[in-house]
Amino acid sequence: MAKHKVTMTINGASVSAEVDSRLLLVHFIRENLDMTGTHIGCDTSSCGACTILIDGKSVKSCTYLAVRADGANITTIEGIAADGTNHPLQKAFHDQHGLHCGFCTPGMIMRSIELLETNPNPTEEEIRWGISGNLCRCTGYNNIVKSVQQAAQEMSKEKEATV
Amino acid sequence: MIPANFNYHKATSIQEAIALSQELGEEAKYMSGGHSLLPMMKLRFATPEHIIDISKIEGLSYIKEDGDILKIGALTTQSEMEHNSLIKENYPIMGDAIWLTADPSVRNCGTIGGNIAHGDAANDQPALMLAMRATIIAEGADGKKTIPIDEFFHGFYMTALEPGDILTEIQIPKAKKGNGGAYHKVERKVGDYATAGVAVHVEIDDDGVCQEIGIGLTNVSAVPMRLERGEEVLRGKKITEDLIEQVGQIASEDCEPESDLRGSEAYKRSIVNTITKRMLNKALERAKQ
Repeated sequence: MAKHKVTMTINGASVSAEVDSRLLLVHFIRENLDMTGTHIGCDTSSCGACTILIDGKSVKSCTYLAVRADGANITTIEGIAADGTNHPLQKAFHDQHGLHCGFCTPGMIMRSIELLETNPNPTEEEIRWGISGNLCRCTGYNNIVKSVQQAAQEMSKEKEATV
Repeated sequence: MIPANFNYHKATSIQEAIALSQELGEEAKYMSGGHSLLPMMKLRFATPEHIIDISKIEGLSYIKEDGDILKIGALTTQSEMEHNSLIKENYPIMGDAIWLTADPSVRNCGTIGGNIAHGDAANDQPALMLAMRATIIAEGADGKKTIPIDEFFHGFYMTALEPGDILTEIQIPKAKKGNGGAYHKVERKVGDYATAGVAVHVEIDDDGVCQEIGIGLTNVSAVPMRLERGEEVLRGKKITEDLIEQVGQIASEDCEPESDLRGSEAYKRSIVNTITKRMLNKALERAKQ
């Protein structure tokens, strides 16, 4: 089976590699690039632990072929803190105790980035539906929702300040 | 889980995809969003020798009204439909269904064309297409095909698409005054396939008489199912509470569910009855708005 040359941008850096057709994007990120912040939970596109952004949209990377990401602009949890300063969502998960074991957290945060991008002021219900493809087995979600609410407020403030 | 080995080919036009399919033969499968096919490949339920990636074909992602027809490009993702203002305003039945289909990240990948072409009675769009009397447009080596939805679903994962055919567009009669549609499914948890689902599309005239009615059922038969006997009861009549009650009963009798992890046959028949009645009422309410 032929290998395929792919080139993509991951967290701002251009990456090229030869990949097998069947290599899943999550394995490419974790094993070829040694970026293990993106987790593998269920491996069946149910739990969302492997969520990353492809061209700004949240995608479950366990259900995406690496070869299909040729030319894509990808963001993983490693790429969201700017110059060592936590992203408002990272800070909010810290402040609000939005994690317990932390396994789901990278996926929760990546999903929430797109959620707040498309809906900067979501209601509690919209947040719960928005993260409905991400499962957490520890917190019962309440603190996760609070974290997203805090981040939404802070990001709105930041936006106002820059206008 | 890693899929069995396969060869990957990327097509950048419909013609290129069809030519590739011709060349590679029946062991080649098209992949658009990949959220039905790839999970099956990971579980080794499907082991195609060749994957032809059609997701990068330009010009197959659109939602527009053209004359009396709503046209949706096959590569339009469920998310694009969810956030489209035309769909939100005029086709609430689609909003009902997409909201309950998988989850936001899966909807970012999954396409409407794939949801239909997969030929799975557990998917949500087939019931909607039956209710709204969609027409499927496909292209193959022998040219363009127009397939009425009632001739599209042939069996478990089997459709009217021949090897090499690509579903390119879905056409639905444009929404007009007096039309209303609604969809609901019972699911065990977010993102699950339907335990059972019902789509209703109704067209009533100024006197409140039902001119046309479509009722499609999700995941209660091997092939996406039209509730013909129920439609006949309502067509040409003023829809009353009694008739709705009757159609709910018919739905529970005519559906063909099997007992499985999602519930017993009797339970599924019972919820089909309930959802049918609720969706008839909701569609009527929307038709009167």
